[in-house]
Amino acid sequence: MSAEKTLNLTLKVWRQKNAASEGGFETYAAPGVSTDMSFLEMLDVVNEGLITQGAEPIAFDHDCREGICGTCSMVINGRPHGPKERTTACQLHVRSFKDGDTISIEPWRAKAFPVRKDLVVDRSAFDRIIAAGGFISAPTGSAQDANALPIPKENADLAMDAAACIGCGACVAVCPNASAMLFVSAKISQLALLPQGQPERYIRVRDMVAQMDAEEFGSCTNHGECETACPKGISLENIARMNRDYLKASLIYRPKVATGGAG
Amino acid sequence: MELKSNIPDGPLEKKWEKYRNDMKLVNPANKRKYKIIVVGSGLAGASAAASMAELGYEVECFCYQDSPRRAHSIAAQGGINAAKNYHNDGDSVFRLFYDTVKGGDFRAREANVHRLAEVSVNIIDQCVAQGVPFAREYGGLLDNRSFGGAQVSRTFYARGQTGQQLLLGAYQALERQIGLGKVKMHTRHEMQELILVDGVAKGIVTRDMLTGEIESHLAHAVCLATGGYAPVFFLSTNAMGCNTTAIWRAYKKGAAFANPCYTQIHPTCIPVTGDHQSKLTLMSESLRNDGRVWVPKKPGDKRAPKDIPEDERDYYLERKYPSYGNLAPRDIASRAAKEACDNGLGVGETGRGVYLDFADSIKRLGQPAIEEKYGNLFEMYERITDENPYKVPMRIYPAAHYTMGGLWVDYNLMSTIPGLFVMGEANFSDHGANRLGASALMQGLADGYFVAPYTVGNYLAGVKSGPVVAADHAAVKAAETAVKERIDKLMAIKGKKTPTHFHRELGKIMWEHCGMARTEAGLKKALELIPKLREEFWSDLLVSGTGDELNQSLERAGRVADFFELGELMCLDALERRESCGGHFREESQTPDGEAQRDDANFCHVAAWEYKGEGQVPERHVEPLAFESVHLATRSYK
Repeated sequence: MSAEKTLNLTLKVWRQKNAASEGGFETYAAPGVSTDMSFLEMLDVVNEGLITQGAEPIAFDHDCREGICGTCSMVINGRPHGPKERTTACQLHVRSFKDGDTISIEPWRAKAFPVRKDLVVDRSAFDRIIAAGGFISAPTGSAQDANALPIPKENADLAMDAAACIGCGACVAVCPNASAMLFVSAKISQLALLPQGQPERYIRVRDMVAQMDAEEFGSCTNHGECETACPKGISLENIARMNRDYLKASLIYRPKVATGGAG
Repeated sequence: MELKSNIPDGPLEKKWEKYRNDMKLVNPANKRKYKIIVVGSGLAGASAAASMAELGYEVECFCYQDSPRRAHSIAAQGGINAAKNYHNDGDSVFRLFYDTVKGGDFRAREANVHRLAEVSVNIIDQCVAQGVPFAREYGGLLDNRSFGGAQVSRTFYARGQTGQQLLLGAYQALERQIGLGKVKMHTRHEMQELILVDGVAKGIVTRDMLTGEIESHLAHAVCLATGGYAPVFFLSTNAMGCNTTAIWRAYKKGAAFANPCYTQIHPTCIPVTGDHQSKLTLMSESLRNDGRVWVPKKPGDKRAPKDIPEDERDYYLERKYPSYGNLAPRDIASRAAKEACDNGLGVGETGRGVYLDFADSIKRLGQPAIEEKYGNLFEMYERITDENPYKVPMRIYPAAHYTMGGLWVDYNLMSTIPGLFVMGEANFSDHGANRLGASALMQGLADGYFVAPYTVGNYLAGVKSGPVVAADHAAVKAAETAVKERIDKLMAIKGKKTPTHFHRELGKIMWEHCGMARTEAGLKKALELIPKLREEFWSDLLVSGTGDELNQSLERAGRVADFFELGELMCLDALERRESCGGHFREESQTPDGEAQRDDANFCHVAAWEYKGEGQVPERHVEPLAFESVHLATRSYK
């Protein structure tokens, strides 16, 4: 382990009382923070100080703090999840910064992810996209023996690569168009790569894309930022796969008009 | 209070089948006239909500997270057990059943565990059908690995993210039902109270975490799948939001709480670095397939691990438990690590750590093979510690991880309150005094996919369909008022110390006196310290903001208030169970070589606690455990 040090940091944090109010940056000092702290633990310490001063702590979403639940969602120095590649904000450590640094912290910014308070946003649009088709219809009890359907290891591995998405929304937050293509294509790819996913393959892509559009995510113009910001390394190849399937789907089916707001 | 386990008659291996055949059914056209509430959207909650909606019931599901996909089941790494015997290594339903009963140190109900082993095979089938990308071999068939406490390979896995993939499978099934309008999902809602009408569970009161609104929701049956309570120790491997509030509200409304002292301390976690720490991170037990655990033989040896020659290392698990070696069960491996560190052999700056070393496996299999199996875990370790585990052995130490105790349930998973079902980690039923690795995912999905949909249906067949009770029923209003008063009370203290401060202090008491080793004196001391600290909490707590907005400080305060009461019950239960078993180690009760010493003559039972009112000592009830298919044996892994 690298020897523990302490840093003096300055934080510029987006504060917004609720969805209806205007927000703005506030500046806070974070003196003497240990390099062994995670970034969120540093925010915990700042918040403890704010509470005892009678001020409102900074609201931010977080839960597992081990990079898998996808809850944490903050733009740190202009980058979703901060400067370290393939690392969620909760797995970022203070040792990634230098003494005297000023760090800006903002919520995800996208029309489809409205701010609820401070750094907390509403990502329920992602759930509605999954509800529109991001599944294999296999009611409980209807399954055959698991080994009755051998699946080539390469396909299973590719499906797993796509399935590693944690649904955090960093891809949307980093995209200049606030497009959700990486998120949507990861689920479409996972299921399209597996034999179980074939019966609904084209209906799925049609319905999920329709819902994605209804949620007012932007369109993809091939910036490729999403792949670089993704903490799980989800590949752009998934978008190519989705586009191929979408084209085919549009030849087979009429486009679906989504109504949105299913749940 | 009577604890009727309602275990069906007949031979063990036929009980579940026969029972299902005897169950009452609800006509398909009538199912939509019944409403079921499911609290929690982890493996148990999501699978139950989806499966019951598929059957035709109206389901409402609640979670505190912003999406059901984020429940803490998502963080489970290693795998899920199933008695498929795909590897022809002698596995069977009976062996999985036996290993689980033995792993639990003979403190679980035989009939429940056998049912769990039976449906384990269906779970794998179901998950594969949903598109869960389990690891496969080149021939296209499913791969397995070994886990602690078993001598067969029966653990299915999806890299180091098995929980994530299984939960996403259940979540997608749930979202499908949400899209079809069969499940109404309430995210960012926290259950605050259970509604009882004439002693029967008829709904819940929730707080909308965005607006602070207090709402009542009524149903013909209520299912709690709200997980465990390990964060009572403050530092644990659980998510920050995991809490006991839902099951604690139910306990205070009359549901018995079984074996609260059975907690699992997981042996392979990244050691604590300082007071700022908010949580601990687990390194999957699967690492013990290829990692060797050791400490230096000489106390205070400060040399770098690579400079300590082979004959000056103590591979203590291999030495003490030659037949299971590094795959000794969790409780045993944890205590062995504690013992080594207590003897001054611990490594790292704090001296509370042991090595988990992959050098031999890397030499034998090559680094790519190790990367393929554990790459994401190694990366995670490096991110947190800034050390490369391919070059330097990992340092690990035990941390609170899972709670075997929970609300008491009968064979139907129904609590002592009619109409209140409890599933997954929130109940007490299947793991006895110690849970084996890769069995939590199995139990959560067994309860949700294959048990509750039957037993809840059987219950509803005897309940009148249609409107539940009037929304302005006195019981509903009283429950709402209680919630509002409690929030007002927390807000009104306006003291000086934060909820986190009190949580951390409580955690220290629990870890010190009710952690890996417990003594009568220590537990008695904790039972003096906790009420004092709780009194301070209720007189010096400071919550910021107001109750009618998103307020994370208030959320934390409410949860910590319940952890105080639960912590006290855990200590009381640990004090009364004057034996060692599984994760419950009483120093007074050990064999000459330091292993847990059970007392079957006096403690071969489930202890279930009944709430008796504010300031009253709860009453301890006993459900005797009968072992008909296995012999009570000393649990040995030597």
